[in-house]
Amino acid sequence: MSLSLQAGGSATRALSSTAPSATTSHTTSPITTGTSVLAIKYRSGVLLAADTLVSYGSMAKYKNARRLLPINSSTLIGGSGEYSDLQSVTELLKRNALEDRCTADSLYNEESNEECAKEVWSYLRAVMYNRRSKMNPLWNDLVVAGFKKNEDGTISDEPFLGLVDKIGTAYEDDILATGFGSYIALPLMREKYRPDMEEGEARALLEDCLRILFYRDCRALNRVQIAKVTRDGKCLVSEPYELDTYWDFKGFVNSKAGLGTDGGW
Amino acid sequence: MSYSTALPTHHQTHNPLTDAYHGKSAETRHLKPNELSTGTTIMAIAFSSGVVLCADSRVSTGTYIANRASDKISQLHDHIWCCRSGSAADTQALTDYVRHYLGQLAVETGRVPEVKVAAHLMRRLCYENKDNLMAGVIVGGWDPVEGGSVYNIPLGGACMSMPFAIGGSGSTYIYGLVDSEFKEGMTKEEAVALCKKAVSHAMSRDGSSGGIIRTCVVTGDGCEREYVSGNRLPYGPAGW
Repeated sequence: MSLSLQAGGSATRALSSTAPSATTSHTTSPITTGTSVLAIKYRSGVLLAADTLVSYGSMAKYKNARRLLPINSSTLIGGSGEYSDLQSVTELLKRNALEDRCTADSLYNEESNEECAKEVWSYLRAVMYNRRSKMNPLWNDLVVAGFKKNEDGTISDEPFLGLVDKIGTAYEDDILATGFGSYIALPLMREKYRPDMEEGEARALLEDCLRILFYRDCRALNRVQIAKVTRDGKCLVSEPYELDTYWDFKGFVNSKAGLGTDGGW
Repeated sequence: MSYSTALPTHHQTHNPLTDAYHGKSAETRHLKPNELSTGTTIMAIAFSSGVVLCADSRVSTGTYIANRASDKISQLHDHIWCCRSGSAADTQALTDYVRHYLGQLAVETGRVPEVKVAAHLMRRLCYENKDNLMAGVIVGGWDPVEGGSVYNIPLGGACMSMPFAIGGSGSTYIYGLVDSEFKEGMTKEEAVALCKKAVSHAMSRDGSSGGIIRTCVVTGDGCEREYVSGNRLPYGPAGW
């Protein structure tokens, strides 16, 4: 059996080739995975947060991986789940963005033909649903962050935040989280959320949630990245940095497994 | 000669495709519903006048950390302790039994029980009940006969006396490190430092280990318990 660089997987090649033996594509469990992505709208735009760990089963294999990625000058995506599929989706979206730039009316205004975040989100919904319908999903939960477009095609003031999951479910909201984050961080973010939060406040909230995820998620790390898209068209992803953690409660420090106890919990 | 497999046998075959749909990841298929596991890193080193036992503090159910600061070093007798890995319930039950029998033995013989006896008691329980247990234990302690000694009791119930022992899911990541850094005749300080270093390296790479490092140094004079906070580990957790 020979190897091929053609995109689409062994199923597409089987359909188009005349060879009698055809390998069927199948849903495989994810191998290299990223955990939660958190996202929140704030006063000047949208903030995304994620840690920089990609796990290989239970092993913390890649500790400096990037899961928050800019697509064009005003759209960011964050991905959890299978990392190879996230890289593939990013390549696809960047390819589209490049094509948009090359076919723009104006050569000098780089942002004239760009898709807005809502358009990227809609496109991704179609991609993910299409793959799921072929029983070969891209194993990701993707968050798309940016702004909407006005009627006249200019980027609007209204921030946009949408999620597309591995089976093609798509929805938008002011606060989003994937993976463990949807159980642990989402309730906390919902409690503290206000539509006009300052960046510092929103960042502190996200960092707090990431810290709690590090305490409670086996697949999380305390090295994190924050990214933002702001109204004045800036799309920034921070360098990874480490969160401090607290372990000095008396109940933690005191040993609990002496002779008179039940064995230590 | 046949050995029963170390892990509990599955009575039904599982299909990875449907398991993924039913939420059973590769790491949790063997667990019963709600069962807690100490995916763990444990270690013990015997030095000149005693032993040092060391463990992480993470207890997980699947990928949720049920307890981030547990105590996996349990006391079996005055100078005998054990490190627990595997199912939290199984190891706690085993600890209770061994404590009970050791206490009885000490009263009946009027002597300080030997670490060897404690280890063999633990081994008997692990071996005779191997089909129903998932427990890997390291027994370490000091007695007047042998001084410091360490016994490794892995899943099937074998019992091996050794100068140092590592166990738990995180131990796979530090075999190289410990093999290259261990030497005979270490002092107490060197042994403690190696334990802390090795366990923090394992915690940095194993998803099922983490939190804080607890140590217990057992000598003829008694036991010293120490605690290394999760933000002051010798290495990691982020590392490179």
